Amino acid sequence: MQFLTLEDAVAQHVHDGDQVALEGFTHLIPFAAGHEIIRQKRKDLMLIRMTPDLLYDQMIGMGAARKLVFSWGGNPGVGSLHRLRDAVERGWPAPLEVVEHSHAAMANAYEAGAAGMPCAFFRGYRGSDLPNVNPDIRFVPCPFTGEELACIPAIRPDVTIIHAQKADRDGNVLIEGIVGVQKEAVLAARRAIVTVEEVVHDFGLRSSNAVILPAWVISAVVVAPNGARPSYAHGYYSRDNAFYIAWDEIARDRETFQSWMQEHVLR
Amino acid sequence: MNYTPAEMMTVAASRALDNRDVCFVGIGVPSAACNLARLTHAPNIHLIYESGTLGTRPDVLPLSIGDGELCETALTTVSVPEIFRYWLQGGHITVGFLGGAQVDRFGNLNSTVIGNYAKPKVRLPGSGGATEIATGAEQIFIVMRQGERSFVERLDFLTTLGHGRTGRERRKLGIRTRGPTMLVSDLCTMRPERETNEMVVVSLHPGITSEQVCRNTGWPVRFADTVVETIPPTSEELEVLRDLHARTARAHGTAGGNE
Repeated sequence: MQFLTLEDAVAQHVHDGDQVALEGFTHLIPFAAGHEIIRQKRKDLMLIRMTPDLLYDQMIGMGAARKLVFSWGGNPGVGSLHRLRDAVERGWPAPLEVVEHSHAAMANAYEAGAAGMPCAFFRGYRGSDLPNVNPDIRFVPCPFTGEELACIPAIRPDVTIIHAQKADRDGNVLIEGIVGVQKEAVLAARRAIVTVEEVVHDFGLRSSNAVILPAWVISAVVVAPNGARPSYAHGYYSRDNAFYIAWDEIARDRETFQSWMQEHVLR
Repeated sequence: MNYTPAEMMTVAASRALDNRDVCFVGIGVPSAACNLARLTHAPNIHLIYESGTLGTRPDVLPLSIGDGELCETALTTVSVPEIFRYWLQGGHITVGFLGGAQVDRFGNLNSTVIGNYAKPKVRLPGSGGATEIATGAEQIFIVMRQGERSFVERLDFLTTLGHGRTGRERRKLGIRTRGPTMLVSDLCTMRPERETNEMVVVSLHPGITSEQVCRNTGWPVRFADTVVETIPPTSEELEVLRDLHARTARAHGTAGGNE
């Protein structure tokens, strides 16, 4: 584990063509890190994320991705992700290959990745058309009961990036609130970058069962205050729901989107 | 008291929930209906959102499935793999509440694409939790606005299994949960007919005619032998629902939209 600047962490650990997972289930979405990837003009990424959200809308709209692995691609409570739709429906700014799953499947696939398994088994996809359009979804019989179970490959990103509340001085990381799939996504990856709100001397009073990622499973820790905005960091700031609503208008039009990105991300 | 068709739909959906239910909640109308039930006739209902919040009691409706409000008011919060593996797949959910862009007569749902999958006319958000909620929860309530383009003869894509394309798919696939047992819209309530599992109208909301339902359904919709009139929202139900929406609007400048 190294403490790095955001610029150095992305430069060292995220390469063109990588399989990249930026996780955070509504909560703790690593926006600052995603924006740095856009600024460093990474290309041909295979973006993995259960809920693409505004961040992947921005990365896709800026042409960083060739492929998207996901299970729910909308603006929660608002509507469409217009940049994602434009890429899928009209190939702008580049055609986007999609590999589509359900939430249960992706959660299982991350867990399998964390557990060092080649694939995940679960009771899923029964009666759905999704297996017809995603060849990664297969069915195998349980060797003991004969029950047909869904089977999908484990997710093993080249690099996972998450945001968390705190790191201590040794680079151990504490995550609180809705913890999503972040622990699994970090343990499944070859490299992991964690951006944090702050570094503290030690975590102090906490539950014995707190979600803590030890420094030795993390490649780089980056101090990035407000690094999850406009999503939120439990205990620090709340979700900017008004911005999620405003994004609908910003992203609807290609030029409005590009000038917003120019002004707020590329600077 | 006057009320809107959307309020009637939310109230009708909320009434179907029981005080003992453990409910897997989606954003939008399901979330409003579940919290209305909790604030009226079902104070002990357990609400679970797929972000991992168990037994949550939000004061305002969340805009997203993972708003901080859900975690802060929950009994406990678990990881997303745990919510799907232990709590849903493990068989601890009595009701799953779903919607979609399209529904057919057997309660199958499409939330993936309008048009062709490879070259869609409209790319919709996709499955989210729905595909496994539909088979993991003991029963499913569907709530959707009714119209010719949403209540369709044939789905463009079957994201989420209802009773299957023949109405009898569940048993064939070895699925032991019941699937959709109720479909509530802004016009009526439908339930699956015994034997065929086709959704038939059992109740018309006040002021709605059977012709209106036919016009707004893409398949030749059938009616149960006895069709009753839905009991209109009570003043208590409307007050609680409107308070909830007003608190929500103050909190994040919206009435708690649709997933």
